[in-house]
Amino acid sequence: MSLTDLTLADARELLARREISARELSEAHLEAIEKLNPRLNAFITVTPELALAQAEAADRAYAAGEAGPLAGLPLAIKDLFCTEGVRTTAASLMLENFVPPYESTVTARLRAAGAVFVGKTNLDEFAMGSSNMTSAFGAVANPWTRAGDAAALVPGGSSGGSAAAVAARLALGATGTDTGGSIRQPASFCGIAGMKPTYGRCSRFGIIAFASSLDQAGPMARNVEDCAILLTAMAGFDPKDSTSADRPVPDFHAACTRGVTGLRIGVPKEYAAPGMPDEIAALWQAGRDWLRAAGAELVEISLPHSEYALATYYIVAPAECSSNLARYDGVRFGRREDGADLIEMYERTRAAGFGAEVKRRILIGTYVLSAGYYDAYYLRAQKVRSLILGDFTAAFARCDAILTPTAPSAAFAQGEKMDDPVKMYLNDIYTVPASLAGLPAMSVPVGLNQEGLPLGLQVIGRPFDEETVFAVADKIEKAAGFSARPALRAGG
Amino acid sequence: MPLAPATVRRIAHLARIHIADDDIPRLQGELNGILGWVEQLAALDVEGVQPLTGAARMALRLRDDAVTEGGIPEKILANAPERAGDYFVVPKVVE
Amino acid sequence: MTYTIEGKTGPWELVIGLEVHAQVISEAKLFSGAATSFGAAPNHQVSFVDAAFPGMLPVINRECVAQAVRTGLGLDAEIHLESRFDRKNYFYADLPAGYQISQYQHPIVGRGVIEIERADGSIRAIGITRLHLEQDAGKSLHDQHPSKTYIDLNRAGVALMEIVSEPDLRSPEEAGAYLRKLRTILRYLGTCDGNMDEGSMRADVNVSVRKAGEPFRTRCEVKNVNSVRFVMQAIEAEARRQIAVWEEGGVVSQETRLFEPARGITRSMRSKEDAHDYRYFPDPDLLPLILDPAWVEALRAGLPELPDAKKRRFMAEYGLPAYDAGVLVAEQASAEYYEAVARGRDGKFAANWVIGDLFAALNRTGRAIETSPVSPAALGALLDLMTDGTINGRIAKDVFEEMVASGDPPGEIVARKNLRQVTDTGAIEQAVAGVLAANADKVADYKAGKDKLFGFFVGQVMKAMAGKGNPALVNDVLRRHLA
Ligand SMILES: [Mg+2]
Ligand SMILES: [Zn+2]
Repeated sequence: MSLTDLTLADARELLARREISARELSEAHLEAIEKLNPRLNAFITVTPELALAQAEAADRAYAAGEAGPLAGLPLAIKDLFCTEGVRTTAASLMLENFVPPYESTVTARLRAAGAVFVGKTNLDEFAMGSSNMTSAFGAVANPWTRAGDAAALVPGGSSGGSAAAVAARLALGATGTDTGGSIRQPASFCGIAGMKPTYGRCSRFGIIAFASSLDQAGPMARNVEDCAILLTAMAGFDPKDSTSADRPVPDFHAACTRGVTGLRIGVPKEYAAPGMPDEIAALWQAGRDWLRAAGAELVEISLPHSEYALATYYIVAPAECSSNLARYDGVRFGRREDGADLIEMYERTRAAGFGAEVKRRILIGTYVLSAGYYDAYYLRAQKVRSLILGDFTAAFARCDAILTPTAPSAAFAQGEKMDDPVKMYLNDIYTVPASLAGLPAMSVPVGLNQEGLPLGLQVIGRPFDEETVFAVADKIEKAAGFSARPALRAGG
Repeated sequence: MPLAPATVRRIAHLARIHIADDDIPRLQGELNGILGWVEQLAALDVEGVQPLTGAARMALRLRDDAVTEGGIPEKILANAPERAGDYFVVPKVVE
Repeated sequence: MTYTIEGKTGPWELVIGLEVHAQVISEAKLFSGAATSFGAAPNHQVSFVDAAFPGMLPVINRECVAQAVRTGLGLDAEIHLESRFDRKNYFYADLPAGYQISQYQHPIVGRGVIEIERADGSIRAIGITRLHLEQDAGKSLHDQHPSKTYIDLNRAGVALMEIVSEPDLRSPEEAGAYLRKLRTILRYLGTCDGNMDEGSMRADVNVSVRKAGEPFRTRCEVKNVNSVRFVMQAIEAEARRQIAVWEEGGVVSQETRLFEPARGITRSMRSKEDAHDYRYFPDPDLLPLILDPAWVEALRAGLPELPDAKKRRFMAEYGLPAYDAGVLVAEQASAEYYEAVARGRDGKFAANWVIGDLFAALNRTGRAIETSPVSPAALGALLDLMTDGTINGRIAKDVFEEMVASGDPPGEIVARKNLRQVTDTGAIEQAVAGVLAANADKVADYKAGKDKLFGFFVGQVMKAMAGKGNPALVNDVLRRHLA
């Protein structure tokens, strides 16, 4: 088996047994990036020097018997995580040349665990999008293509570069961030696993903010177990983030093999709406059958306000982003365009620095917070958000985890759904409710559609009960036996 | 309540984003499309519902009053588009 | 009597409310660990949080919260056990995040009161609407370059308490008294140093005018006035401007204005033209601030005695008139000094010396009371020398001046200069006899009815005795000889 095809867990085994070196493992991935990134555009910045230095350090650590839990494992970092001394762009012209003099907490934890950073991955600009089409550094190609059709598909978004990199075997795992589905939807589109933990589980310090009350970092990898290994290293209390939860980090890896015997799995009746493609409905049914066969009990639940989740999200997230992105003003860092006076400088800088989708969301957010509209839009959305959380709270009185599809479709072609922003927003219809409620949720790959494209199922858990989510997702993964690999991949 | 072009201009100015006149109609259409779509929330009865600001289930944590940061003007100014000595510089502001 | 300004159409009343921004005394900033001290080199007290770098997050400073609570307690105000932080969104070069973290809908402190004393001695209660915590902005320097503004973020993120009064003030003098009283309370509490010239206390003044009996008319806000005197001048100038507008048939429009002390006028502030849509919303980076009632009670228990209470106690305990007590409690240091002198002595006697001789000496030498050349113990000892008859009041003045100059204790000065009061009647008899003999003509005048000459004789006798005669005995002996 080629080095780039290893799971993170297997690679760790081989490294620990010193059957392979971290240096050769990193070199294999760097070579794969060199070869495939021109076609995938999954990375904005590749960091070979950093990666090799970290790999050599990992080899020394293994030799000394002091290797950290991720020592020598090549990871891709979404270019939304600030990395000290490494350009961090948020896929925006605004930060085209921004080199942070500080490190995000999550990447600092990964560094401390011995991980190797091969590069910074592409994303929708400022994480706003579900297709990666809004990146100022160009679209990312999904390593999967439709059977008999070479047309480039989107990898989903916003963590599309991370998903594509992992799927194409350019890294063993990656970090993503998820505000309304930005880990789970691209994971589903690229046939990998991705977990958005409970809000507060991973520190937001040093992650470029999109919508602060929703943003959560999480792992993306080729299977559930690898996600668990990564999350164990990423998660944990951080005094630098006021919304970080001060609670111990469980052994997520161990939770994967707990099984689902006796667990009650909720199936929201409202999600079985007409319009769900048959093949997605069928996979969802298969997921239920697998869990029942594994000893779980299936219960029908109701999430009556879920249908309002997207509209709620598209008020709350733009409102927060309009404020979060005010700091990009050309004064202290980032792009500046000249202007005759301060206001003109601001307006020209922000017009040139932000792309169309970011501007749209800033304008929507500005509007819904402005005098006279706050109550009708923002305040009302917060109240609906409260109802959505209430739905979940009631549902979790009856079940231990919830099973839904991850996305309403498989990956679509670049350029599709671009004519109407709302059409694009509908991608997140199944992922947004858990985001609004701050719940842990994971996408696990389960099968291919008729065109040969991967599809995922989503498992949602109680607050801070990622362990149950991992246990359920692991059972689904094992039962589904998903082993398909994309056409475009290292060694492929 | 569809946005008028003047409103689009006012919001863009509040957000400090220059919009060319030619772009106003397109933007107006897009924004109205989104606003019309989120209008569906008006159908819900939210009387008496407490607004939910965020998903964190906690109260604010207080930190100790100690000087732990600062003294790094070079790092603070390293990315500045324009500086003079240890100051950031912007076009003249008239108050 | 209501204060009015006479216009062409008759008298106008003033309606004034103050929003005071008081910089909180703390080591570090409200949401970052950067230092707060005044006068550092530009951008040397700035963290990535203060400069709003991507991905930076606020974490609140406990002491700043405690200071706000102490201040609220000191203003007899409601403490809100749950409060929240909101973002106030506007663009400005010295506002790095593009928003100020403030408390809009749910401030930490609610309604309170400040009592002010008017010139005629009457007391007025001025309502406090609220006190909230917020971040200060950085500093824009407009005068360093012809076409550029320079930005220093050292002050950005320092904690401010915004203390908002009701529109209860009715004259520039009341506004001045309110500000001075508020500053005294803050200094007593140790929550703000009140230095207006360093900008650690700044006032926004809301002014409107009206005819007697009318409801409120449109107000204007005069921003960032930085001394008590300027606040009073700004109110006067702005009220006169508004009266002129109304009387010329115009309409005062609500706006933000700036006071120009040099010209004594207010003018419209261009940069604030379109800043009125602040789009406040709850800061998603911060959670509700929940206070433990026991913690609040502990802060209450730790409060110092405040000026009003101290004044009442000084009047009761030391028998001081209201005026003396008021002067002594205006600064905590003078109150402490006074009390150290007065304890176990005659209170009024001590007050006379502190307010009179000591304050004059401090004024003359430019010293603060904390560094007074005469310690409370030394002044007390001087008072004791008078009380026990060792020296008389005249000599005491000289001894005091010597104490100011040399820092020596009074007993030593009296001994060294041989200033003990002479109570030996023989010596006094002798001096009196000499004076009367030398001024036979005046003795004749006195006896013919010119009573006022008695003082002249006293003076001459004291002079003859180098000031050391016991005044009561000198009087007795003189009276006897002149009878
Ligand atoms: Mg104000
Ligand atoms: Zn304020």
